[in-house]
Amino acid sequence: MNTTPTQPDLLYSEEEEALRSAVRDLLADHCDATAVLARIESDEPHDRALWKNLAESMGLAGLLVPEERGGQGASHREAAVVLEELGRAVAPVPYLTSAVIATEALLACDTDAAATLLASLASGRTVGALAVPSAATSGRALDDVREADGALTGQVTGVADAAAADVFLVPTADGLFAVDATAQGVTVEAQISFDRTRPLATVTLSGASGRLLARDAAPAVRRALRAGAGLLASEQLGLAEWLLAETVRYTRERHQFNRPIASFQSLKHRLAQLWLETVNTRAAARNAADALATGSADADIAVAVAQAYAAPVAVHAAEEALQLHAGIGMTWEHPIHLYLKRAKADSIALGTAGRHREELAELIDLRAP
Amino acid sequence: MTVDAARLRSLTQEFLAAHPPATTPRADFLSARFDAGLAWVHYPEGLGGLDAPRSLQAVVDAELEAAGAPDNAPRRNGIGLGMAAPTILAFGTDEQKRRFLKPLWTGQEIWCQLFSEPGAGSDLAALGTRAVREGDEWTVNGQKVWTSGAHNARFAILIARTDPDVPKHKGITYFVCDMTDPGVDVRPLRQITGEAEFNEVFLTDVRIPDAHRLGDVGNGWKVAQTTLNNERVAIGGARIPREGGLIGIVAGTWRERPELRTHDLHQRLVKLWVDAEVARLTGERLRQQLVAGHPGPEGAGMKLGFARLNQEISGLEVELLGEEGLLYDDWTLRRPEIVDFAGREAGYRYLRAKGNSIEGGTSEVLLNIVAERVLGLPPEPRTDKDVAWKDLAR
Ligand SMILES: Cc1cc2nc3c(=O)[nH]c(=O)nc-3n(C[C@H](O)[C@H](O)[C@H](O)COP(=O)(O)OP(=O)(O)OC[C@H]3O[C@@H](n4cnc5c(N)ncnc54)[C@H](O)[C@@H]3O)c2cc1C
Repeated sequence: MNTTPTQPDLLYSEEEEALRSAVRDLLADHCDATAVLARIESDEPHDRALWKNLAESMGLAGLLVPEERGGQGASHREAAVVLEELGRAVAPVPYLTSAVIATEALLACDTDAAATLLASLASGRTVGALAVPSAATSGRALDDVREADGALTGQVTGVADAAAADVFLVPTADGLFAVDATAQGVTVEAQISFDRTRPLATVTLSGASGRLLARDAAPAVRRALRAGAGLLASEQLGLAEWLLAETVRYTRERHQFNRPIASFQSLKHRLAQLWLETVNTRAAARNAADALATGSADADIAVAVAQAYAAPVAVHAAEEALQLHAGIGMTWEHPIHLYLKRAKADSIALGTAGRHREELAELIDLRAP
Repeated sequence: MTVDAARLRSLTQEFLAAHPPATTPRADFLSARFDAGLAWVHYPEGLGGLDAPRSLQAVVDAELEAAGAPDNAPRRNGIGLGMAAPTILAFGTDEQKRRFLKPLWTGQEIWCQLFSEPGAGSDLAALGTRAVREGDEWTVNGQKVWTSGAHNARFAILIARTDPDVPKHKGITYFVCDMTDPGVDVRPLRQITGEAEFNEVFLTDVRIPDAHRLGDVGNGWKVAQTTLNNERVAIGGARIPREGGLIGIVAGTWRERPELRTHDLHQRLVKLWVDAEVARLTGERLRQQLVAGHPGPEGAGMKLGFARLNQEISGLEVELLGEEGLLYDDWTLRRPEIVDFAGREAGYRYLRAKGNSIEGGTSEVLLNIVAERVLGLPPEPRTDKDVAWKDLAR
């Protein structure tokens, strides 16, 4: 395993930085923490206006889709930058779900039905969700739903952002199907979710009719979940960056014992350690995004490394932020809990760090006993 | 004319044509390379460089490596190349630069660092070694400690107190000390690995000409900052392959010897493999930032991560070896030229890696630096700032 992959580009290009500031500006205006807090308690946890802005007006839903198929023809590198910013704002929009995971699944299909759906996902006017549990990893069995004569029956629980979806991509042993959320025989029932900024729901199909997207669902699901896991690391980076910056700010301002608490060495060392982890996460997340973007042979390893590293860092950043904010951090008003819940949910979504390490062990030939 | 990559490539090829590595003696090759300005391309012309951007060194190195050219054994003179040279370049007189840089670069003269003292480690500015001026010379008395490679060194960078009546940072002066001068006594200090890599150095009435002073009298702390900053940046710039560090050794053992595997060690090994790979990527990202002309603050953290990784990996390796981990390769008191992680066995690696979080600034001190300089957190409250050195508690 001494082969080093072709040199990845780990920096951000000028265009990527421009994209970042455009997204950040939009989020600053439309997605502050108070608004997110209010929204998760409302009947409509997703921010549709923000989605419309991001996906339709800015065209970001189509970043991963080639221009000739109705998208922007950008790559995972740009999508990763968007996810960093969405993570930084814990934005309640189905970007990862629709613009990354569902889109990637469709990119693996070559039917006309898939092409049509891909273009409408890319336009942002349609929100898609791959009907698998949020925690699914690429090796997952596809037996939640069965198909008979074009009618789909079965139940999938824990589907992320299902409440916002217009169409579900349903994997079965007989192929991948598209099912409209409003079609007959489809019910979507919200679950009480740990992370309410990316709420889960149970999708039940009782004889719902589906359009065939691909005869074999497995490659599409694998591709979708791999890209999702790889880019999730960028969201985790965004979460960790916000948490670190906010905690640095707070500890410099908060005085106890006649000193800013940030002047106590036990706190300084913890924040310095967190900075180190964040810096490392950036390298790992960029590497995964670049490997996905270039279709590198190293992508499986890059994704597993990024997930195994980034997930615990985001959780650690949130837990440290809470501890160092102490009483105020424990309140509902303060946004830290939004980040902690997202970070913890992210550490399970698309496979835990442990699962990714197990997959990695095979890839790099470090086999278990 | 600014030197670009294409020009450097052709200069290197011309140089190689004139000095074929296969037939040119090593010393001659290195000497000629320095004279051609291909030693460290960002140094000035006449001092081994061409005033080129630092990032273009990689162009020269790649050409030379492809041609099988000898290198200047950089590991043998890490302190000279990594710390003494940039300090001499920044603060030395023209005469000093001409005298010291070439034999330093070719490895003909090895350097060591006489900074730490028994009473001044992390608090380096508290040092007590005295230098007193008498005409054109200084007389130096004191004791240094933990001096790596003093037994091989021809010269040392030395900091000494020249004014005890002012606060500690203000009364220090920086010198070049000739290790062969009378009054320099180097005594091996045996370390936990059994060998003596570092030393105690006793300085008794050592006479240093004023021409060997670097920077102004009393300005030694500022000069030392240049040295210390370079010390910390020295790591991280180099490109290493995947599994390039200690992780490669233990991964190799894991693959070759399935009988040693346990589930607990498997979890820890794969986690460390991920950590090592991510550290490699962070170093690579830092290097790309340097090349792009936007050096980031990441360098400040590289040594911290590297120390922890080396310690965790080497600890795991000893456990993996089980009963063999109870053995050691060699306790003989030796005085090695370099630290040889790869050439020794697991027990040595485990013990030597303990120094990684101490040498060149402890991890605690580096965390302070990251917290204060990178994150902008308030400094420690200080009770020593405006007190004359001679009145400090010791
Ligand atoms: C292998 C090796 C090679 C070396 N080579 C050289 C060399 O070539 N030349 C040279 O000059 N020196 C050399 N050193 C010395 C090295 O730089 C010092 O050991 C180091 O700076 C620490 O100083 P100290 O040992 O006196 O520990 P101390 O400064 O006494 O530290 C003791 C403990 O207190 C902690 N501590 C101290 N101050 C603070 C603070 N402000 N905040 C929090 N914690 C603090 C330290 O982190 C450490 O854990 C070498 C050391 C080693 C181990």
